[in-house]
Order: sequence, then C-alpha cells, then structure tokens
Amino acid sequence: MQKINHKNLGAFKQFIILMRGGYSVMKTQQLFAGLVLMALSLGTAQADYTLNLMEGVTSISRDIYGLHMLVLWVCVFIGIGVFGTMFYSIYFHRKSRGFKAANFHESAKVEIIWTIIPTVILILLAIPATRVMIEMDDVTESEMTIKVTGWQWKWEYEYLDSGVHFFSSLDEASNKARQLNSGIDPRTVANYLLEVDKPLVVPVNTKIRFLFTSADVIHSWWVPDLGWKKDTVPGFINESWTSVEKAGTYRGQCTELCGKDHGFMPIVVIAMEKPDYEKWVVEQKSLAVANADAATKEWTKEGLITAGEKVYASNCASCHMPDGAGLAGTFPAITASAVVTGDLNAQVDLMLNGKGMMPAFGQMLDPVDFAAVSTFIRNGLGNRVGDAIQPSAVKALQAAIPEIVYDGDDE
Amino acid sequence: MSAVTAEHEHDDHHDHGPEKGFMRWIVTTNHKDIGTLYLFFALAMFFVGGTMALIIRAELFEPGMQFVTPQFFNSMTTMHALVMVFGAVMPAFVGFANWLIPMMIGAPDMALPRMNNMSFWMLVAGVLLLASTLFMEGGAPASGWTLYPPLVLQTGAALPFAIFSVHLLGISSIMGAINIIATIFNMRAPKMTLMKMPLFVWTWLITAFLLIAIMPVFAGAVTMLLTDRFFDTSFFNAAGGGDPVLYQHIFWFFGHPEVYVMILPTFGIASTIIPVFARKPLFGYSSMVYATAAIAFLSFIVWAHHMFTVGMPISGELYFMYATMLIAIPTGVKIFNWTATMWRGSMTFETPMLFSIAFVVLFTLGGFTGLMMAMAPIDFQYHDTYFIVAHFHYTLVPASVFILMAGGYFWLPKWTGNMYDERLGRLHFWLSAVSVNILFFPQHFLGLAGMPRRIPDYAVQFADWNMVSSVGAFIFGFSQLMFVYIVVKTIKGGTGEKVTDEVWEDAAKHSLEWTLPSPVPYHTFATPPKEIPTEHF
Repeated sequence: MQKINHKNLGAFKQFIILMRGGYSVMKTQQLFAGLVLMALSLGTAQADYTLNLMEGVTSISRDIYGLHMLVLWVCVFIGIGVFGTMFYSIYFHRKSRGFKAANFHESAKVEIIWTIIPTVILILLAIPATRVMIEMDDVTESEMTIKVTGWQWKWEYEYLDSGVHFFSSLDEASNKARQLNSGIDPRTVANYLLEVDKPLVVPVNTKIRFLFTSADVIHSWWVPDLGWKKDTVPGFINESWTSVEKAGTYRGQCTELCGKDHGFMPIVVIAMEKPDYEKWVVEQKSLAVANADAATKEWTKEGLITAGEKVYASNCASCHMPDGAGLAGTFPAITASAVVTGDLNAQVDLMLNGKGMMPAFGQMLDPVDFAAVSTFIRNGLGNRVGDAIQPSAVKALQAAIPEIVYDGDDE
Repeated sequence: MSAVTAEHEHDDHHDHGPEKGFMRWIVTTNHKDIGTLYLFFALAMFFVGGTMALIIRAELFEPGMQFVTPQFFNSMTTMHALVMVFGAVMPAFVGFANWLIPMMIGAPDMALPRMNNMSFWMLVAGVLLLASTLFMEGGAPASGWTLYPPLVLQTGAALPFAIFSVHLLGISSIMGAINIIATIFNMRAPKMTLMKMPLFVWTWLITAFLLIAIMPVFAGAVTMLLTDRFFDTSFFNAAGGGDPVLYQHIFWFFGHPEVYVMILPTFGIASTIIPVFARKPLFGYSSMVYATAAIAFLSFIVWAHHMFTVGMPISGELYFMYATMLIAIPTGVKIFNWTATMWRGSMTFETPMLFSIAFVVLFTLGGFTGLMMAMAPIDFQYHDTYFIVAHFHYTLVPASVFILMAGGYFWLPKWTGNMYDERLGRLHFWLSAVSVNILFFPQHFLGLAGMPRRIPDYAVQFADWNMVSSVGAFIFGFSQLMFVYIVVKTIKGGTGEKVTDEVWEDAAKHSLEWTLPSPVPYHTFATPPKEIPTEHF
C-alpha cells in the first residue's frame, strides 16, 4: 500500500481509503485461488499472478483503482441481496418441501422502490466518476511532450522538447521464443513478450503530455500502472497525460487489434529520478551525433552485412520471416526476389517509400541501419548480388523526403 | 380446450401434411418446419463456432506458440464471433420465434410463409459464403468481428466475400423481422390484445424493430469499406478527408442494439419458463414489457461506450457514461421481477428451470461487470482486456446460450410428443454450469491483471489462469455434445413416456401452445382460439 497524506483528502478519497480495506479480503481470495490451483497441481514456480486491478503509480491510476473497488463492492452488496433472496426462495419455496404457491403478481410499491434505489446508487457512482474523468482529460500545464506513433508492429517515440527520437520493438529473446514451435520455453525468457529493445524513459513527478497517432492502422498504447490506454488513430492526434510518482520499470502492451503481430508490440516505460533522466537525454543526444557521424564515413560491405543482419531481425523478419522465405499469399519472399536481386535503386526506393502493407522505412531507419539492411538482403538470405549502398547515399535520399511538422501547441 | 381439438379433427379431413421426402425441407413454408431448420442450422453452427473457440483456447493453454500462426489465430477470433453471432445465436432465436409465435398468439402460420423460407435459405447462403473465406488467399478476415478499418482493408481476397456475406445475412434478418412484426400485428387471436401477449412474443416484437433499424446501418458501413478498398473513396481514410473512427461510430450504432437482439428474446424465454416451474404468475408483466422497451430505446443512444479510449471529447465521454449507466435500471427491474416470481412459489427444478435460474444468476454477474465498464474512467483500464471478454461471454454463453438450451428442453416434449431424459438433462446442466464458470470467471482476473484481448500468446504471469480457462473450455465444449444426444434421443422416442398436452403442470394456464395436442399437429389454429390464458392478469 502506498503512503497517503491524510491531511488533504476530501470525503470521497476518505471513502476510497475505507474501500481499500477490502484489499485484505482480496488477499484472502488470492490465497484461496492459490490453494485451488495447487489442488489442481497447476501451481508452478510462476505463481506471481494477480487477481485484481493494479493501483499503479500515478494519482489518476489510484483514483481509478479507488473507483474500481467502490463499484466492485457496490456490486458485491447488491449481489448478496439479490442472490441471497433468490437462494432463500429456491431452498424454502420448493414443491418438494410442500410449499404452496402464493398468487401475487404485482406491487406498485416494491416496483417503485426497486427502481428508485438503483437510480440513487447510480447517481452516487456517477459523481466521483465524473470528477476523475474531467481530471484525466486535463492536459494543461504539462511540462514536456512525448509523441507516440503506432506502427505495425512497433512504437515510435519522439520527445518534442529535447528532440530525442527512437523506435521501440519487441526484444530479440522474446521474438525468438514466440516463433511457432520455437522449442524455447517462454518461462526461461526474462519478461517474455513484455521487453523491448529500447524503452521509453521519463522523469518522475513531471506532468508529461502524450500525443498519439499512427502510421498505419489503429493501435492502443496501454501501461496499466499509468491507469489508462489511448488509441492511436492514423491521421488524427489524441492526447493524454501522466505524472509518474515512483521511479521504476512499468510494462504494457498494444491493446487494439492491429494485425498479426498485435500481441508482440510491448511497451516498457522506465521512470527515472530527474537528474538521471537529464543524464539519459544527454547520452541520447551524443548517440544521435555519433550515428550521424557514422553515416558520413565509408563502410565496408562486410561491415554493412554484419550490421544489417541485426536490423533485419528486428524490423523485417516478422513479415518476411527470419530466413527470408516470406509468407505465401501475404508477404513476399526476400530470397530470390526479383526486386531485391534486381536494380539497387528500385529496391532502395521501395524500402524508402513503402508499398501496400510494407511501411515506408525511409522515416523509420537511420542511414546506417538502412544501408546495412539493404546490403544484407542483397548479399544474405541466399541472395548474392554483390553490391552495397553507403549510408551517406541513403542520407542524401532521406533528405529529399519532406518532413512532417507538428505544431506542439495545437491539436 | 375441446374446441381446439375439435377444430383439428375437422382440419384433418381436407388438409394435407408435409411433403414427402427431402424436398419437404427445401420448399417448406410451414412455420414449424422452418423453425426446425433454423434450430438445427443454429445447433450445427454452434459446434462450428465452438470448434474455433477450442482452437483459440488450445493455443492459449500455455504461453508460446504451439498450434497456429498469429494471423490464423486472428482469423479464428474473428470467425468465431461472426459464426456465433450471425450463424448460431440469432438463427436459434429466429427458430424459436417461428415455432412459437404463431402458436402463442393463436395464428395458423407466419404472415409471410414464402418469405420465411427465403430468409432461411439466404441465411445459409450467407454463412456458407462467410465460411468459404477460410480457404481464400490471405485467409479469412482477421480484424475482429468489428471489422475496423484501416486494419480490415488489409484483408486478402476474402474482403469482398465477407462483405457480401454480411449483406446476405442482413437481408435475411430484415425479412425475418418484417415477417415477425406482420404476424404479431395482424394474426393475434381476437382476445389477445398487445398487453396480453406472452412475453416471448413481446420481446421478439421489440427485437424485430431493432433488427429493421440496425441491419441496414451495418450493411451501409461495410459497403463503405468496400468502396474504400475498391473504388478509391475515403470514408475512413484520413489522407482523403475521411475518419477511421467514423466507422466505429457507425458500427457500434449497429453493434450495441445487435447485442440486445441476442439478449431480449433470452429475457422473453426466461420470463416464460420461470413462472411455469414456480407455479406462480410472472411478477410485474407490464413492467417487464416497459423495461424491455426501455432497454431497446437506450440501446440506440449508448453506442460510444465501446469507444471510450478512441479520443472523444470530454462531453462525449460523460454523456455516454451517464446514458450507459441508465441501462442498469430497467435491467435491474427484470432481475428483481424474476426473483419476485420465484419468491413464495412452489418450485420444482426440471432441466429448463435449472438453466433458467443459472441464466438469472450468471447474467446478473455479466450485468455487474457491465456496470463497472460503463464508468468511463475505469474503462480506460478495462477496455480491450480479458475483463471485457469475460463480461460479454457471461452475457452470451450462460445467458443467451443457456436460455436456448432451457427453451429446447422446455418445448421439445411439446414438439415431439416425447419426454427427454431428465437425468441426462440435469447432468448436461451441471456439467455446463460448472465448466462455463471455470472457463470464463478466471478471465476477469486475467483482464484486471493486464492481459489484452485478441492476443495469440501472453506473458508468463498470465499462464495459470489461461490454463484453467482452457480446461473449462474443453469440458464445456464436449458437454454440449450431450445436448445433441439428448435431442436426437427425444425425437426418436425419448424415454418412451408419452407426454400430456400440457407437458408441464398447469402450463396451459400460461400460454396457448400448451392447449394444443402433443406432438403438435402440422397445422394448428386454422381458426383462432376463442379463449386465451389469463394467468398473468
């Protein structure tokens, strides 16, 4: 349980705290469920499941948790009343006990009572819900803004204030284990399906505004500990806010069906103390400079192929398959493909601008990664074209793509 | 009831029975034959959709991908829903409507018998067309039954076929609804005023109006998908000035009343069965009618509660929250009325009653989670998780499906003249009632703990409850084979015990069909009955 400052609490929050007394009841249920599971001999070493909503690490997530417990207990009490009456009747008013049926079939009085009481309960529930809803909607006085773009099947993060920008996708260990009949036991993979190659880093106790959009289909960005999810809709921008109160790592997933790898685009948020966060930003900026430098130097073909193999695994393999064989009818093969083994310019052009379901990697990959993966597919996965493209050439091509500018103050 | 029997003896002299042979089932215009066709078709589709559900649960039995590709998994979730909604639950209720509405209101048949035949065969065509997409290049639709763009536009060759199938199913439903409305408005026995109709007839009348209002909306939405994909329109494409969220508004304007299409006739059958076994009139007949109408009205003005996280303005969030919470009031009235019907009755617990009581209890659980999700801020956590999956399955499986089973056991003796095996029926009930909870209750925990819906694989902390859920699914699925066995056995002679005309004690006090002989003759009520049951008034 979090420590709560009781001085500044309104009556509603007092009530919520009262409601949280129910937490110990949930513990009992957990114990009970655990016993049931063991009885079914399913209680493995991996018994760290939860039964209830998590309280989370923001004021909103705690408000939502409080509302959840409130309405849950309201339902439990109504349920006890209704089911209690029903089971009393089922037990005592049965023919086998010789009970003679009454013949009443209406009563204006009880019907009015059981219409009015639920109405009053609903109003009492709607008042705190409205308050929380309005608070969730208020993105004013944000201290920084992060733009989140959903892609099939990864997330793009752009820190509009500091210019830090990167993509975040499922980590390699999970990705290997989740292949059909991979032979790898998911239980041996740390944070299976909930780990990414590059997590989102945010400072604690800072009101952060998030802008959401999508590059292809609708996705939804959800980290349960923050208390909400928001859809990313192509062509539109949604917003939301959070202020994380506790440093730590928080995990979530895409929650809007977005195609075959919908289950494989997790979200990891690392909340850091402010000085650590500042240090991280500086690191990211110098990394960006180093990457830009790398794009200007001359690369060997072998260097590009080696680098490209990794880029392929995290960006291309989910559709074109790890061995480049593609998926008949849906995703073309890379191996022996006419495009990949054909004219270099045509192949690079397809990768830059995309086609159909193939995203435009021109905006997604930096020049080094782009050149590396292009060279890799032409000289690996069973292909032997023999040529290579330099990152500097890719950089020039990318510079020609018009940049989309977002006005930070406007929707 | 001697008047009715006398008329039947009279009928037999110059009236013919069914066609002989196979053609009887193709060309029939008899409401009982068509009812039977609908019911058997729905039962078959219940097993097709159920098999898909078991493929899903088999894949989710353990973390990791064992049996299917993610794309095929998505096809399964999509097709399972479409087949169950449009192939199983809706046709099953139409089957009951065909069998029962004419007999309950004292009419000889449906008002439009030839159209009745046509709507059945169009349903078959629609569902077969939908099923054929499984074998097309790129696979069956895999975007969920909601068919959201832009994702649905990535479907392969199957897209236009799926859309045409929706059109056929829509036409079939609309024709069925027109037929039901025409029958109820024009063919009631002289003394049967609207407020004296059995509740099953009332709930179907309201359902039929819902269908006529919403099926064209769905047809319009999918037609816009068709033109967006093939004719370069941009209804749902922001780059051309459209809006993907517009589709969601249109879809749920159809979709929310659609889920009530599956639950209102459920209410009707429950309100028919519970009084018979409580040996007491239904409590609050008129408030039941008004509550049904209120729920139907509210169903049109709450659609965007399926879209709280889509980025609506705060006014929209609040309005849809308040409107949705209102549904709890008429729904509560119904549950209280059923409880009051049982109160101080003289209850017995034959299989139809067992399924009906389980319906009241488990549907109420689904209603509670519905109330929880109506509260917009909390829905930002619940939305698109297994908590939702648990919610709507509680309102569909132990509700609609249980009541369909209850109705089957309740009327089968009337239809066939043979009694079903009560011992097997009760075994079927207890297996179903226990396993359905093993199947769906843990899904509440999974959702709250953070498991999104429609994922083929999951993080290991979700493993235990998924395994429990899958075990429940297989027990539930295979238990349903018992129902087929019991039905077939009953048709072939049942327990050998011939049932009376009333079948159930004093059933004729409740509704007209129990005044007819068992088994029911091929043609009934050639002249309308002069008296109607007055138990409820």
